[in-house]
Amino acid sequence: MISKPEPDTILLKPQTGWSPINLGDLWRYRELIYFMTWRDLKVRYKQTLLGASWAILRPFLTMVVFSIFFGRLAKMPSDNIPYPIFTFTALLPWELFATALNVASRSLVQNSNMITKIYFPRVILPLSSILAGLADFAVAFLVLLGMMVYYGFMPTGALWSLPLFILLAMISSLGVGLWLSAMNVQYRDIGYVTPFLVQFWMYITPIAYPASLVPEKWQLLYALNPMTGVVEGFRWALLGSAKSAPGPMMIVSTTIAIVLMVSGMFYFRRMERQFADMV
Amino acid sequence: MSSLSIRVENIGKRYRIGAPVSKYRTLRDTIADTVMNPIKRLRGGPDMYDHIWALRGISFEIDQGKVLGIIGRNGAGKSTLLKILARVTDPTEGFAEIRGRVGSLLEVGTGFHPELTGRENIFLNGAILGMKRTEIDRKFDEIVAFSEVDKFIDTPVKRYSSGMYLRLAFAVAAHLEPEILVVDEVLAVGDAEFQRKCLGKMSDVAREGRTVLFVSHNMSAVLRLTEEALVIEKGQMIMRAPTPQAVDYYLSRGLSQEGQRSWTDDDIPLDAAPFYPLEIRVLNNMGRIMDTVRSVEPVMLELEYRLEQPVTGLRVGFYLISTRGEFIFTSFDTDEPGLYDRYASRPAGRYISRCIIPADVLNEGRFVVGVNASSFRVKRYFHDEQALTFNVDAAGAPGTQWLEPRQGLMRPRLQWDIKVVQE
Repeated sequence: MISKPEPDTILLKPQTGWSPINLGDLWRYRELIYFMTWRDLKVRYKQTLLGASWAILRPFLTMVVFSIFFGRLAKMPSDNIPYPIFTFTALLPWELFATALNVASRSLVQNSNMITKIYFPRVILPLSSILAGLADFAVAFLVLLGMMVYYGFMPTGALWSLPLFILLAMISSLGVGLWLSAMNVQYRDIGYVTPFLVQFWMYITPIAYPASLVPEKWQLLYALNPMTGVVEGFRWALLGSAKSAPGPMMIVSTTIAIVLMVSGMFYFRRMERQFADMV
Repeated sequence: MSSLSIRVENIGKRYRIGAPVSKYRTLRDTIADTVMNPIKRLRGGPDMYDHIWALRGISFEIDQGKVLGIIGRNGAGKSTLLKILARVTDPTEGFAEIRGRVGSLLEVGTGFHPELTGRENIFLNGAILGMKRTEIDRKFDEIVAFSEVDKFIDTPVKRYSSGMYLRLAFAVAAHLEPEILVVDEVLAVGDAEFQRKCLGKMSDVAREGRTVLFVSHNMSAVLRLTEEALVIEKGQMIMRAPTPQAVDYYLSRGLSQEGQRSWTDDDIPLDAAPFYPLEIRVLNNMGRIMDTVRSVEPVMLELEYRLEQPVTGLRVGFYLISTRGEFIFTSFDTDEPGLYDRYASRPAGRYISRCIIPADVLNEGRFVVGVNASSFRVKRYFHDEQALTFNVDAAGAPGTQWLEPRQGLMRPRLQWDIKVVQE
C-alpha cells in the first residue's frame, strides 16, 4: 500500500439546474491558474519582432491618432486636461478590457484538446487569459507615469482608489469573457461577433470624449456600460478630472459589472457540462 | 482489507444526433428552433432531435489495486465510459464514485505548448495533470532522466523530434502517481520502445497497489495484463468475467465485427466501367466477417464485384499494406497459371475473388487492404489503396509469453531447434 492520506472521493452524477462555479474546486487548482497565466504571458509575444513593446505601442499609437483627429482637428473637449493624457488614461483600462474579451472568448475553443481529454475547472482558461492581460497593463502603465511627469500631474489624493477601478475592469472583463467564451463553444458566431462588439463597445465608452459630453439625464443610463465607470474612475483617481468622486455613476457601473460576472458564472457552469461534447 | 476504488451505478450517456447534424450550432439555428419548436409541439411532433445512448445501464465496482480490462469494438462506448470516469464529460444518468486522482496515459502531452521549453512544459503539463508544484519540483530530475532529453531541456519543444516530444510527454504523465490509472489504446501510438515503456509503467502501477483500467483492442495485451475484463457492446455491458473468458467471448461472438465495406455508385469513379466493386470482406476461420482476426488462424479476404461487359485479361487483387504505408504484398486472383488460362476472359456477371492468408503469418496490429482491378497494359479499372482495414490479434502466437510487442509486420511460426553443444 502507498502511504498516502485518504484520497478524496469524487461523486460523478448528472448535473441539473443552475449552480454557480465551484469555487472550492477552483481553489484546489489555484496552481494551474498561475501556470496557465504564466503560459499565456510566455507565449503571447513569442516570435514577434517587437515583443512586449506591443503592450505599449497599441495604446500609444491609438492615443497619437486620437490626439490628432479628435483632440487637434475635431477640438473634442477633454475636461481641461491635455488631450493626449486624457485619452491615454482611458485607453489603458480599455486595452485591458478589449484584449481580455478577445483572448478569453477564444480560450475554450483554442484549448479544446485539453477540454476533451482531461478534467480541470474550465473557468481557468478564460480567467488566466484575462489575468495575463494585467502584465500588458502594467507595462503600459509605466508609460502613463512618464506622461504624468511630462504634463506635470501630481498624484491626487484619490490614487488609493485606483486598484479598485482596476478590479472593476477585471470583473467586467471576466463577466463578459465568461459569457462569450461559453457561448463560443456552442455558437462559433461569437468569433465574428467579438471584434465587432469590442469596436462598438469602444464608441459607447468615454475614451475619445469625456463622459460629461453625455447630457445629465442620460448619465445613469450611460453608466450601464461598466467600462464608463472604470474609465471615469481612472481619470478621477489619476488626473483629478472631477472635483468629487463619480458616485452614482460608479454604483450603477459596479452593480452591472457584478451582475455580469455572477450571471456569467452561472451560465458558464451550466454550459460547462457540455463543453467536452460540443467543442 | 480491500476498499472500493471505483463504483459505477447505472451510468448512461446520451448524445444528441440527427436534425442539426452539423457539429457547430449557429445562433441562427437556435433562433429558428426556438421559433419552430412551439409549432412542432402543438402538432404533437416528437422531440426534434434523435438521441443515441452511447452508454447505458453500466454498473460495476473495482477494488483498490485491481487491474480491469475493458474490451469492445470501436464505438462500443469504451471511450465514453473513460471520459465519464475522468470527469471530462458528465453522465446523463446514474452516478459514479471515484476514490482518488484519475490519471490517464491518453493525456500524454495534453497542454504542451510548442513555444515553451522542455523544462517549462514539464511544469505546465504537470499542473494540468493535477500535480502540485512541490511535487513536480521533487520529481523533476527523475522526469528528465526518464525522458532522456536532458540535453534539450531548455530548447522549445517545437524543435524536438516527435520521439523526444512523446518521451517527454510520457515521462510527465508517468510520474503523476494517480490512485487510478486509465490506459486507453496507448499501444496504437508511438514506436515499439514507447509501447514497451507504457506497458511496463502500467504493471509497475498495478504492483504498487493502485487501480488500473486498461482499454485496448490488443487482446494479447489484455490477456497479459489483466485478470478480469468487461465486455462492452453498443453501450451495454455484456459481461464481466475473468479475462480469458471475456476475450474468448469477444473474439468468437464477432463483437469485433466491421470487417467489410460496400461501395455505392457514388464511390466508384466513372472510368471504372465495366468493373463495379460491390463489397470487400475480411473473414475468419469460421467464415464470419470480422474486424479483428487472430494471427494463429487463417484469414480470408474476398472482393465481390460486377462486370457489366465481358473483360479480357482481367486480374483482381489485393495489396496488404501496413498502417505506415509499407507494402507487405500484392497478389492477384489470376497469378496461378491455371486460373490465368481459365479466366483469360470473363463474361459479364457477378463474381467473388477470394484468397486466404495462412495462419501464423501476420503480427499483431492493424493492416490495410488495397484493391486493384486491371488488365495488364490495357487498363486499370479500379484502384483503392485503402479499401478496408482490419486488426490482427496475436493471442496465442509464438512468443506471447513475453510481455512485449514484437517488432515487424510478420509473426511467422518458425521451426527452431536448440542443440546443446558439449565440449
